Amino acid sequence: MKTYVTRRLLQSLLVLFGVSFVVFFILHLTGDPALVLLPPDASAEDVQRFRQVMGFNDPFVVQYGRFLSGALRGDFGQSVRHGESAFTLVVERMPATFELAGAALVVALVLAIPAGIVSAVRRNTMLDYISTVVALLGQSMPTFWLGIMLILVFSVQFNLLPSSGRGGLGHLILPAITLGLFTTARITRLTRSGMLEVLSQDYIRTARAKGVGDPPVVWKHALKNAAIPIVTIVGIELGTLLGGSVITETIFAWPGVGRLSVQAIYNRDYPVVQAAVFLLSSTFVLVNLAVDVLYTYLDPRIRLR
Amino acid sequence: MTATTIAIPAERGAARSEWLTLFRRLARRRTALFGLVVVALVFAAALGAPWLSPWDPIEQDITNRLKPPGSPDPSGRVHVLGTDHLGRDLLARVIFGARPALLVGVAAVAISGVIGMLVGLVSGYFGGRTDDVLMRLADIQLAFPFILLAIAVIGVLGPSLPVIIVVIGVSSWVVYARVVRGAVLSLREREFVQAAQALGSRDGRILLRHILPNAFTPWLVVATLDMARVIVIESALSFLGLGVQPPTPTWGGMLADGRVYISTAWWLATFPGLAILVTVLGINLFGDGLRDTLDPRLKV
Repeated sequence: MKTYVTRRLLQSLLVLFGVSFVVFFILHLTGDPALVLLPPDASAEDVQRFRQVMGFNDPFVVQYGRFLSGALRGDFGQSVRHGESAFTLVVERMPATFELAGAALVVALVLAIPAGIVSAVRRNTMLDYISTVVALLGQSMPTFWLGIMLILVFSVQFNLLPSSGRGGLGHLILPAITLGLFTTARITRLTRSGMLEVLSQDYIRTARAKGVGDPPVVWKHALKNAAIPIVTIVGIELGTLLGGSVITETIFAWPGVGRLSVQAIYNRDYPVVQAAVFLLSSTFVLVNLAVDVLYTYLDPRIRLR
Repeated sequence: MTATTIAIPAERGAARSEWLTLFRRLARRRTALFGLVVVALVFAAALGAPWLSPWDPIEQDITNRLKPPGSPDPSGRVHVLGTDHLGRDLLARVIFGARPALLVGVAAVAISGVIGMLVGLVSGYFGGRTDDVLMRLADIQLAFPFILLAIAVIGVLGPSLPVIIVVIGVSSWVVYARVVRGAVLSLREREFVQAAQALGSRDGRILLRHILPNAFTPWLVVATLDMARVIVIESALSFLGLGVQPPTPTWGGMLADGRVYISTAWWLATFPGLAILVTVLGINLFGDGLRDTLDPRLKV
C-alpha cells in the first residue's frame, strides 16, 4: 500500500517535470523566443537588448533551469498585456474554471449513471435505444456547435437563460450542459457496458437465486462492482473537461483560465499561456494521483501490483 | 526455399478472403454499414467538390448577403442553404469544407498512428527500462489539456495546414501506443513468436513479420475512432481562428462566422455544425461496428 502510493507520487513528480519542460519549450519552438514575444515591427537593436535582458543568449539548460526554479516559486514572468504576474492572473481565473468543470461533471454523472443503468437493466427496450442514440449523438457533437445551438434556442428564441458571463445558477446551466455532454455520453456508454458485464456474473445469479429483489441486486450488488471503471474515467474525463473549457468558455464568455489562455494566445502573451498550460496540467496530474490513491480503497487488488 | 515461394501466394489469398469475411460480417451490422455509407459520401463530396458544388465557395456577392435557405439569386439559381455575410453560397462552402476536415483527419491519424504503432511495438516487445521510459512519456503527453497545448503551439508556429497536421499528429499517439503495447504483451508469449526467436530471427524481423500483423486490428479500430476526434479538433481550431486560414472554407471557421449572426441568420451556424455532426457520427458508427466485429473486448 505505502510503496504503491510512494511509487505513484514519484511518477507524478516525474510527469510534472516533463510537463514543465514542454511548457518551457513552447517558447523555443521557432528557435528564437525573442521574436515570438516581441511585436513583428521591433527593431533589430530592441530584439538584441530584449534577448540580453531575458537571458535568451544563455545556454539552453541554464534557461530551462531558470524557468523551472521560477515555476516552482509560481513565477512565470509578467504578463505582456496586463503587466501583472502571469501566475496571479491564471490563479485568479482558476475558481471560475473549476466551477464550470465541476458543474459539467455533476451534469454528466447525474444524467449518465442512471441512463447507463436503465439501459443495461432494460436492455433492448425503447429506453435503451433512446439512451444509446442520445449517447452516440452526444459523442459525435462538437462542443462549440452544441453551445451555439443552445444559445440560439434558449437565449435568442425563448430568452430563458443568459448566453454569456458568470453569475448565478442561470449563467451556469448552458455552459455546464455544453461542456458536460461529451463526458455524459462517455460515462453513459461505460456504465451500460460495465453493468451488462457485471449483471451476467455468477454472483448476481446467486443473489437472485437467494431471492434478493431486483432493486437491491442492481443498486447494491451490481453497481458497486461496475463503479470501478467509472471512478477511473472520472479522473481522466477531468482532463477532457479542463481542455474543453477552452472552447466552452470562449463561446459563453466565461471568465476562466480557458478564455484567458485563448485571449493570451491572440495577444502573443506567452507568459500567461505558459502559466495556464502548466497549472491546468498540474491540476490534472494531482487529481489523477488522488483518484489512484482513492482507488486502492475501492479495489484492494491494486495495492498488490 | 521452395516452401516460401509457394507459401506467399497462399498467404495472400488467405489474407484477402479474411478481409472479405470481415467485410461481410461488418456489412451485417446495419449501423456500421450506415456509418460506412455516410463516410463514403463525405469523402466523395470532398474529392468531387469542384464538380458537385453548385456555386463557387469563395465568390462573394454583397448584394445577396444573409439570404435564407432556398432563396433564388436574381438570375433564378437557388441558394439551397442560403448565403453568408459576404453573400457566398453556404452549400458550396459546406461541401468544400469537407476537404480540410478529411485531409487533416487522414494525415494526422497517419502520423500519430505510425508513431503510436512504433512506440507500442518497442515498448511491449522489449519491456523493462525502455517500456518505463516510453510509458512515462505517454503520461506526460496525457497530462496536457489537448486543445490548450495545440493552440499554444500553433499560436507560436503560425496556423497553416502542415503545422496543424503535425501538431495534432505528434500529440495524439498515446492511445495507439497503449493499445498496440497491450496486444504485443500477449503476442510476445505466443508459440509462433517464441518459435521465431528460437530459430534465431532478429528482433526487427519478429516485430515486423510476426507481431505487427497481429497487432494491426486493434490499431485499426483506434485509428478509425480517432479520426472522428481529430476532425472535431480541426474544426475547433478553425473555430478559434487557429485552423486553416480564410478564404479556404472550413466548417469550424464557418461556425465562428455564423455565431456573430446567430440572432438574425440561424442557418449560418446550423449547417456547418450539422456537417461535422454527420461526418463524426458516421465515423463513430463505422468504428464501433469495426470494433465489435474485430475485437469486442477492446475498450476504446
